[in-house]
Amino acid sequence: MSDQEIQHIQLAEDAIEKQTTTLNLGPTHPATHGIFENVLEIDGEKVLSAKQNLGYIHRAFEKIAERRPYGQVQPLTDRLNYCSAPINNIGWQLTVEKLLGLKMPKRVDYLRVILMELARIADHLVCNSVVAVDTGALTPFTYVFQIRERIYEIYESICGARLTTNIGRVGGFERNFTDDTWKKLDALMADFPKALKEFETLLNRNRIFMDRCIGAGPISAERALNYGFTGPNLRATGVDYDVRVHSPYCSYEDFEFTIPVGTNGDVYDRYMVRNDEMWQSYSIIQQALEKLKDLDPSVYHADVPAYDLPEKKDVYTKMEALIYHFKIVMGEVDIKAGEVYHPVEGGNGELGFYLISDGGRAPFRLHFRRPCFIYYQAYPEMIENGLLSDAVIALSSLNVIAGELDA
Amino acid sequence: MTNEYIQQILSDKFGTAVSNFEEHFGIFSFDVLPSENVALLQFLNEEESLAFRFLTDLTGVHFPDRVGEELCVVYHLHNLVANKRIRVRSYLPIAQPDIASVVNLYSAANWMERETYDFFGVNFVGHPNLVRILNVDEMNYFPMRKEYPMEDPTRTDKDDEMFGR
Repeated sequence: MSDQEIQHIQLAEDAIEKQTTTLNLGPTHPATHGIFENVLEIDGEKVLSAKQNLGYIHRAFEKIAERRPYGQVQPLTDRLNYCSAPINNIGWQLTVEKLLGLKMPKRVDYLRVILMELARIADHLVCNSVVAVDTGALTPFTYVFQIRERIYEIYESICGARLTTNIGRVGGFERNFTDDTWKKLDALMADFPKALKEFETLLNRNRIFMDRCIGAGPISAERALNYGFTGPNLRATGVDYDVRVHSPYCSYEDFEFTIPVGTNGDVYDRYMVRNDEMWQSYSIIQQALEKLKDLDPSVYHADVPAYDLPEKKDVYTKMEALIYHFKIVMGEVDIKAGEVYHPVEGGNGELGFYLISDGGRAPFRLHFRRPCFIYYQAYPEMIENGLLSDAVIALSSLNVIAGELDA
Repeated sequence: MTNEYIQQILSDKFGTAVSNFEEHFGIFSFDVLPSENVALLQFLNEEESLAFRFLTDLTGVHFPDRVGEELCVVYHLHNLVANKRIRVRSYLPIAQPDIASVVNLYSAANWMERETYDFFGVNFVGHPNLVRILNVDEMNYFPMRKEYPMEDPTRTDKDDEMFGR
């Protein structure tokens, strides 16, 4: 259509009709994969502007945490990024342990690393397969969800829950990994490379997929840093910032792994970074399994009776165990005063816990630095002047999780 | 970049506007007067030997016992190259909780300031769109302030003096 013809269909100044269309993408829309709203102003297929509304599942966790004993804050963290709940749980445990000055045995660290990396794989599998779904490829999603299901079965055999795991405790784990857990983990480790390879074969060099993703929803490294991007979304722009490397926690310094980076910060780079990170996570789990062979298999918590819930059989037979059990369950263990910020590398980036304790039984103030909440601000800038279909895959490749967005 | 160096260069530049230098669990922290927050953050950003260019976190805290400086705005900054984190706090009176917005320095601050406004009522002067973000627009109080109880105060069935709930 020539410019003149476009001129021809311009509406009059006083027309009640609008020149552009307003489209509500969300709050409950298949493309948002969660409850948050984007009000897009579109001209045909072109996105002119976007306005975000959030808070639809805000649950006031920071306020609730101010009345909860430390152990009872942990279930709240499950519900932040519910695609990788173990990372949130362990991040919280590490924060409290940092404040208390507790040192974990190596075996606890390695068990935690295994769980966190499994969670990262599960998180990235969801994100990447959903990018594929939004580009129109439904099949890879069904393939990798089998792997995710098996990771959830591993959580289940450790803690009894699948999604909101509440896994582990301050001071270690509440029980050792069982034979069933190890069997499931070994089987998963044997099958995972083949499954991910299959997933890669379907998508990585798929011409249609590449054409859809390359150049869609881009952001430069400079803007991404200004917007507080972290995690895979920042690394896709070419900045090699990873909390596991920059401020190692939980003995991550013992592991050899690389930080995959992209160059353009578009959907394809974010997809590829997450894809490569899954291989790195796989390698970290392998290394952890190797390291565990040299360690005493009966150790699964630190020797800190005041914080670590005693075993049930001890509670029934020993005086001290009964006292500690009562004190911990009733939340009567005071935590010393202090101000601590502890970041962990969550599925989506730097998940930080800013905790101020005044020496009482509950946090004086707890703030979650949720990576989603911070980088989702950049979304309008990433999609403006792009196509509507690019906006949809940009959203899924950012992996905005509503639970983490709203807290 | 040592803590002493940061303290020295900031004290030389800002004098008594910066104070209370201390390290807490690996993060060097200090306070700044609310009137100097933008100048300080800009200096931390632009001074080559400091280069704190990544705003990790911005949030608020309410200290009801600190009369005249009840609200606190906390900035966590990160120099990604030198891998050094610092924490900057600014205390505001609850009667007039005004502080300049840093959105022009950090786009990331936009929603974080809105969130802090939403929950603590901190008025970020110069913010492009300072409206509630997570709570409903009709809310007429700032829920993270300590005086707002979590549970309905009219309920009597949850009174449990023994365990403080």
